[in-house]
Amino acid sequence: MPHRHTALPAHLHDIRRQVEGHARGYGLDFYEVVFEVLGFDEINMVAAYGGFPNRYPHWRFGMEYERLAKGYEYGLSKIYEMVVNNDPTYAYLLESNMEVDQKLVMAHVFGHADFFKNNFMFRHTNRKMMDQMANHATRVRRHQDRLGVEKVEDLVDRCLSLENLVDYQAPYVRRRPAAGADDDAPPVARGFRAEREYMKDYINPPEFLQEQQRRLDEDAARAKKVPERPEQDVLLFLLEHAPLERWEHDVLAIVREEAYYFAPQGQTKIMNEGWATYWHSRIMTERALRPEEVVDYADHHSGTLATSPGQLNPYKLGVELWRDVEDRWNKGRFGKEYDECDSFEARRHWDRKLGAGRDKIFEVRRHHNDVTFIDEFLTPEFCREQRLFTFGFNEKAQRWEVVDREFRKVKEKLLQMLTNFGQPAIAVEDGNFENRGELLLLHRHEGVDLRLDWARATLANLQSLWRRPVNLATRVEGRGTLMRYDGKEHSERRAEP
Amino acid sequence: MSLKIKQDHARFRAIVRGRIKQNLKQYVQQGELIGRQGKDLVSIPVPTIEVPRFRFGERQQGGVGQGDGSPGDPLSQSQGDEGGGRAGQAEGQHLLEVDVSLDELADLMGEELELPRIQPRGRERVVTTRIKYTGVSPSGPESLRHFKRTYKQALRRQLAAGTYDRARPVIVPVREDRRYRTWKEVPRPETNAVVVYMMDVSGSMGDEQKEIVRTESFWIDTWLRRHYPGLESRYLVHDAVAREVDRETFFHTRESGGTMISSAYKLCQEIVETDYAGAQWNVYPFHFSDGDNWSADDTRLCVDLLRDRLLPAVNLFCYGQVDSPYGSGQFVKDLREQFGDAENVALSEIANKEAIYGSIKAFLGKGR
Repeated sequence: MPHRHTALPAHLHDIRRQVEGHARGYGLDFYEVVFEVLGFDEINMVAAYGGFPNRYPHWRFGMEYERLAKGYEYGLSKIYEMVVNNDPTYAYLLESNMEVDQKLVMAHVFGHADFFKNNFMFRHTNRKMMDQMANHATRVRRHQDRLGVEKVEDLVDRCLSLENLVDYQAPYVRRRPAAGADDDAPPVARGFRAEREYMKDYINPPEFLQEQQRRLDEDAARAKKVPERPEQDVLLFLLEHAPLERWEHDVLAIVREEAYYFAPQGQTKIMNEGWATYWHSRIMTERALRPEEVVDYADHHSGTLATSPGQLNPYKLGVELWRDVEDRWNKGRFGKEYDECDSFEARRHWDRKLGAGRDKIFEVRRHHNDVTFIDEFLTPEFCREQRLFTFGFNEKAQRWEVVDREFRKVKEKLLQMLTNFGQPAIAVEDGNFENRGELLLLHRHEGVDLRLDWARATLANLQSLWRRPVNLATRVEGRGTLMRYDGKEHSERRAEP
Repeated sequence: MSLKIKQDHARFRAIVRGRIKQNLKQYVQQGELIGRQGKDLVSIPVPTIEVPRFRFGERQQGGVGQGDGSPGDPLSQSQGDEGGGRAGQAEGQHLLEVDVSLDELADLMGEELELPRIQPRGRERVVTTRIKYTGVSPSGPESLRHFKRTYKQALRRQLAAGTYDRARPVIVPVREDRRYRTWKEVPRPETNAVVVYMMDVSGSMGDEQKEIVRTESFWIDTWLRRHYPGLESRYLVHDAVAREVDRETFFHTRESGGTMISSAYKLCQEIVETDYAGAQWNVYPFHFSDGDNWSADDTRLCVDLLRDRLLPAVNLFCYGQVDSPYGSGQFVKDLREQFGDAENVALSEIANKEAIYGSIKAFLGKGR
């Protein structure tokens, strides 16, 4: 970190104690939060590094830095806060902010800190990531010292190109049996259970048993295929099977680990930002705000929640949804009875005085991510009130247009955008394609084509790690297509999977 | 304090140099900047290198938005290009829409093109003096009395004399306490500059060619204006004869007929000699044509004019040759032959809009 003193000055320390007290009073639960006060240049740097003061050297951080710095210079954007999922949780304040902003930011930060600690998606993340990132930085620097900046950076570029080919669900489920769990004895067909000896041949005629045995053998043969089942974690597959040198292996592992670390933040963006916004607004308006600060607070708060037609503001959508959930559980506007009530009036004035809202939102923040959150709590009423719509590109008019306001379509689209991170689902299908040691990836096509020029470039990057030719089976304009790169040229041919 | 990120940033800039040029080229060639020049509205390119990934084609995808509008209504213009708001995805837009002043714009361009600052001639020549208040003295006209300092002085005196009473803090300045502002005359070096734009408007210069000239001269104007606050611009058009016109006419007129470039140079030289003589003037003639001159004789005349009269009087003479299906393009070759290594001549061939970038650099990269 910078050499100067970045700890909170006395007056901010007082504010912090006060705000933290309020947060705990509301039942928020977080690791210790360490606030640092930074100048705009430093905060831009830290933001460019994704919240960490120390990352491995790479130009993309410089790019991000330039974007932030330019945005700041021209008064377009300003980073108010940054929070890092870590234990202790680190948060950065912008030195030049007004006091009321600092207060708001702190309240917001405690919201995030609570979410990081308690949401199930973050349970597997490394809580000592600060140290781990610094460790990665050292490792990459060491490789660079040994092999040259250029060479290592090239590899990082190529790895980043594949960064999204990880299995976002992997930390939460067990995809394959732990090593050693399967015994190697060839399976024997047993047929149906026959209690009576004399019935045996009738229940399991020999032809049937043979057929069964043949199928089992086939299965066993297929099991030898690598991977056994389509492997979504392409990076892991590469780590295990690609002929990488040690340092390459190390760099790829670093990129993969960081991708997994950041993934939950992307998968809970709406919830997380909404949660933090919900709490800063409660803490500020109910407890911490002084009368003379109201106008500035309102100004900045509304700036955070501003919407524009083609852009979904996660802060806005999130906080409204949280409030809606709380309200519904306070009034008992859920369940069979409510759902089946078709009197508009009755529904509108429905209030069972349940008062379960607070408990509900705490429960929800523990057990949901964006996909399940939207799936479960987006209601037609909410959709209408928030004036949500879907939009698409009109090829005829060559412009983006509002397409639909129907609840079902909006929800579908929203979920589609969020599922798998809004990324195409691509998995390793075969590591020995056509028995030539080629790699075959399968894109599970869900109605949207890949961007082809990028797909080609990405394949080339993949090939450089796999060394042998690589293939991608996808659909282009409704036709099955096999894209191939053999290290020299790209080719495409029709192939129905 | 140096930040760690500076290394990454320097690295990024180094990588981008090759690509950023295309970014800017594209930016310059759009030409709509000119249309909005009055309002000083442009978008700033923030160079971005995107690492290719497997991702969806944008236009098929669409998204969810929030706000007014009924089905079939267009979204406001800018957002489409940014790929709409895909929740949960951290990729932002790459164009920031901002208000910038022309000065800032010029700086941006200068930075991206790595243009050197212009070193004006005749800098040492003092043309005007300005008055600047620099201090305080015990004497001066009443109109310049420094109220605060006067009272301070009075307070000091009263404290020293022991007549100041904390309980009743009345301060009465006497004559000796009075303080007055004093001034100095600061010599202010003044540089003046004039740009003479000359354009061939003969039949062979089509709309596209003119568009190129228009775009390019806008950028040149912007850059020079950044260095010379009182920049003057003169516009000459010529076919077989040259005449001076206003800006509007310069960009829109279309004539036909032959081309005698010497006519323009002659007129330019007259203007420079009558209106902008003397060392305090920085003179920049820019000439755009498709390179098709009437005759070799005329070209010879041009060369003589340039060498003997024009070049000694100007900072930099720039000739930009626009590609045209009709022109022979001979003129730039002739000039190159004659002035290829002259210090204050910049020649450039502009094949199409994309080439404007390189051309500006050729013209202004000399820093004169």
